[in-house]
Amino acid sequence: MEHYLNLAIRSIFLENMALAFFLGMCSFLACSKKVETALGLGVAVVFVQVLTVPLNNVILHGLLTEGALAWISPRLAHVDLTFLAFMLFISTIAAATQVVEMAVDRFAPKLYATLGVFLPLIAVNCVILAGSLFMQERDYTFTESVVYGVGSGLGWALAIAAMAAVREKLRYSNVPDGLRGLGITFMTAGLMSIAFMMFSGIQL
Amino acid sequence: MTSTAVFGKPQRATLLTPVVTNNPIGVQVLGICSALAVTTRVDKAVVMGIGVTIVTAFANLAVSMVRNYTPSSIRIIVQLAIIASLVIMVDQFLKAYLFELSLELSVFVGLIITNCIVMGRAEGFAMQNPPWISFLDGIGNGLGYAIVLLLVALARELIGAGKILGVVVLPVTTDGGWYVPNGLMLLAPSGLFLIALLVWLLRTWKPELQEED
Repeated sequence: MEHYLNLAIRSIFLENMALAFFLGMCSFLACSKKVETALGLGVAVVFVQVLTVPLNNVILHGLLTEGALAWISPRLAHVDLTFLAFMLFISTIAAATQVVEMAVDRFAPKLYATLGVFLPLIAVNCVILAGSLFMQERDYTFTESVVYGVGSGLGWALAIAAMAAVREKLRYSNVPDGLRGLGITFMTAGLMSIAFMMFSGIQL
Repeated sequence: MTSTAVFGKPQRATLLTPVVTNNPIGVQVLGICSALAVTTRVDKAVVMGIGVTIVTAFANLAVSMVRNYTPSSIRIIVQLAIIASLVIMVDQFLKAYLFELSLELSVFVGLIITNCIVMGRAEGFAMQNPPWISFLDGIGNGLGYAIVLLLVALARELIGAGKILGVVVLPVTTDGGWYVPNGLMLLAPSGLFLIALLVWLLRTWKPELQEED
């Protein structure tokens, strides 16, 4: 239990997808103008992440790794299909995004209208693919991948909500012309990332 | 695009505009994610830049070649399949010939698939244009990305470790030199600050790019 708690805390704060690895920056910058939109996108990302990381874990260990196909025929025991991982991961992600999109459209049409083009774009959001790739690289078990999916999604949602809150206040400040919009947002993200680095001192 | 010349004026323009005036990172704000994570050292940035250029160019070429046969409802998945296959090839190549570097780049090679530049150019340019010009557009955008990556990586490696490509330029104090390295440059946030500075410079130089909000 302690191990999983540790993993969750680490993936939310220490290895925050947005502020420690800078993943999903495109939508992080584009959708963080209002807290409401940011929260909506955050929730969608958590949802897709929780679906895809464990699903890809099952695919990886049930189909792709060496020996995984032994149940079909012993001759396939040494077949290693890991190089196909990218292809299968991205397909799972695209499918899961489609499901989430339909669900949001059905149950929260207002949110669907606000998120607009960024909902389908979750499919090509680096956070989601990175979650699955980190899962593969760090060799997580199924339970670990569930915890990691929840944690990394939550961490990203937390970061984008915080960023949106800062940007709402930032609108009232006098920013140099060339820095307006994109530039100052980068600076803010950098400062937030430094703030998040203080978590790296935490040992569990 | 009526010119029949293989390398006429419109082709040159397609190749060169994305490098500066319509830079994918500085102006279109695409592909930021990997730009920040792989720029701690110059060699990583160079490999990543080449990888993205190759993938963007050939993805554009392939997407453009099948554009008239792709129904628009499934175009995204077609593009993703093309891009993913190209990235698998790049990844396998790196694992075979540059194994140590591929370990350090870890997941970021795989993340070329979701790099917005590749998707953005395939969707925004290659779907409407013939193969050759799309190929050039891919190379141009890849180069624009690679140049920003290289600039940021040069600054980070030089200021952060006193080296360029592993060669000592500024001898650091720990090795008996005079330069006290700025550790911040090796940490993740400095990438954001440097790109913000680049954007600032670019927008001061070209005021028409400035935003209202």
